Amino acid sequence: MKDSNKILAGEVTPAATYFNRRTFVRAGILAASAVATGLVYKRLNPVASGKVDTAAIPGLTQPAADAESKGFRVDEPETPFQDITHYNNFYEFSTSKEGVAPAAAGFDTRDWRVSVEGLVRKPKVFSLDDLLKISSPEERIYRMRCVEAWSMVIPWAGYSLSKLLDVVEPLEDAKFVAFETLLDPKRMPGQRSAVLDWPYVEGLRMDEAMHPLTLLASGLYGRALPPQDGAPIRLVVPWKYGFKGIKSIIKIKLVEAQPRTTWSAYAPAEYGFYANVNPQVDHPRWSQATEQRIGESGRRPTLMFNGYGEEVAHLYAGMNLRTNF
Amino acid sequence: MKETDIRFGKLLVWVNGAVPLTLLAWDAWHHDLGANPQNFAILTTGMMTLLFLMLTMAVTPVRKITGWNWLLSYRRSLGLFAFGYACVHFLLFFSLDRSFSIAGTLAEMVKRKYLILGSIGLLVMVPLAITSTNGMIKRLGGKRWRALHRLAYVAALAGVIHYYMQVKADVRQPLVFGAVLAILLGYRVLAYLRQTVRQPRRPGPAQ
Repeated sequence: MKDSNKILAGEVTPAATYFNRRTFVRAGILAASAVATGLVYKRLNPVASGKVDTAAIPGLTQPAADAESKGFRVDEPETPFQDITHYNNFYEFSTSKEGVAPAAAGFDTRDWRVSVEGLVRKPKVFSLDDLLKISSPEERIYRMRCVEAWSMVIPWAGYSLSKLLDVVEPLEDAKFVAFETLLDPKRMPGQRSAVLDWPYVEGLRMDEAMHPLTLLASGLYGRALPPQDGAPIRLVVPWKYGFKGIKSIIKIKLVEAQPRTTWSAYAPAEYGFYANVNPQVDHPRWSQATEQRIGESGRRPTLMFNGYGEEVAHLYAGMNLRTNF
Repeated sequence: MKETDIRFGKLLVWVNGAVPLTLLAWDAWHHDLGANPQNFAILTTGMMTLLFLMLTMAVTPVRKITGWNWLLSYRRSLGLFAFGYACVHFLLFFSLDRSFSIAGTLAEMVKRKYLILGSIGLLVMVPLAITSTNGMIKRLGGKRWRALHRLAYVAALAGVIHYYMQVKADVRQPLVFGAVLAILLGYRVLAYLRQTVRQPRRPGPAQ
């Protein structure tokens, strides 16, 4: 019988071709695996990018350079718009600072209402338009120091919170102001996981709330606030750590007792009610002595009250800032 | 498996292991690491250290379960990548965060428990990297070498806790690393227990 399986000498792949083919296949495997690894790496370590476009704020004014406006304009380079809008701590959208901008894109703020209530003579639910009409927006260039030891310089647009409080006329026994962020897991996907106790709440002592530096901000860089920075209305308290600046506010309530605040409720040993920037009082797990200014190399020393000591130190005269951190 | 296949496999491990570092350097050069490049680079190299430690520790269980003994040939390369990324991680912290100040680094280490843990993790990997050559295995003898290299478990444990301790609130990522580590360590404990049950009088070989 003839062996049909027998390989004829002429059919054997020549050694050179065989090795070339193997080299070729191996080079292909090497390249393909490197590309796959690269793609996985990029996917797991995303860097935020993308354009942000919000409406320009009409009638933005520059504050006068008088004694009353002290501290309103920091003379330090402003942090680029791209960084301010792509490096955000806003857990309502994502716990990843680079992930907030994409998660917040398209956040719907139509028909926004802010209720100002509690111990006031004239409580009122404001539409955003009514709220913004209370006082003309000013540009305030503030330092922003995050509790995570990084910082920015941000040109905000807004007016002093005191102007709003004057409108509703606080009662004598109002000692604190409590703030609340929108609670809507449909629009704020981060609220679907219980990382923090939602809704986010914050608070200020009455004298802190009435301080001219305390800003109710509706914009930055002359444009309406992008969602990732707290649209449509947020608080900015420049001498305190950034987490005091509650975002996307829907309720402001004047109260008699010190209100609960989200981060100090989450970890009372790590985050206090006051949260004044203080290089001498470290976070239990990291130092607050220096900060990474976004856009700079090397670290800056952190300033007492974030450099606003002249304006605000008197509010805390006689207080132990180590225990009231 | 043939020697050339193993050599190709090692090349595959080395090229792919170097991909993240290469992309990190490339993106840093092009200012493409986002708003806080210092933090990004430190965090990413730390994660790569943990990832390679887990891969190194996964070799034995996967080999035992699948019978793919050739996997063992790549374990040392994976371990060296873990050490390499840990070194880059520390150097980035030392330079970008501590401005090359030895006093500043030590002062900060004494105060922060997470830095002490990170340092332990890095230091125990030093003897492992030094003894990663064939010659060293011969000099130490397989049994002692394997015993020494159980320090990798200490490095992984210290590394995961080091990561967990710095996270502000969202601990999901360190917990994932912790869960993988628990499985890898749990496998070893189970394997050890099964061996002692099966061979009650003879000491079991090292895992």
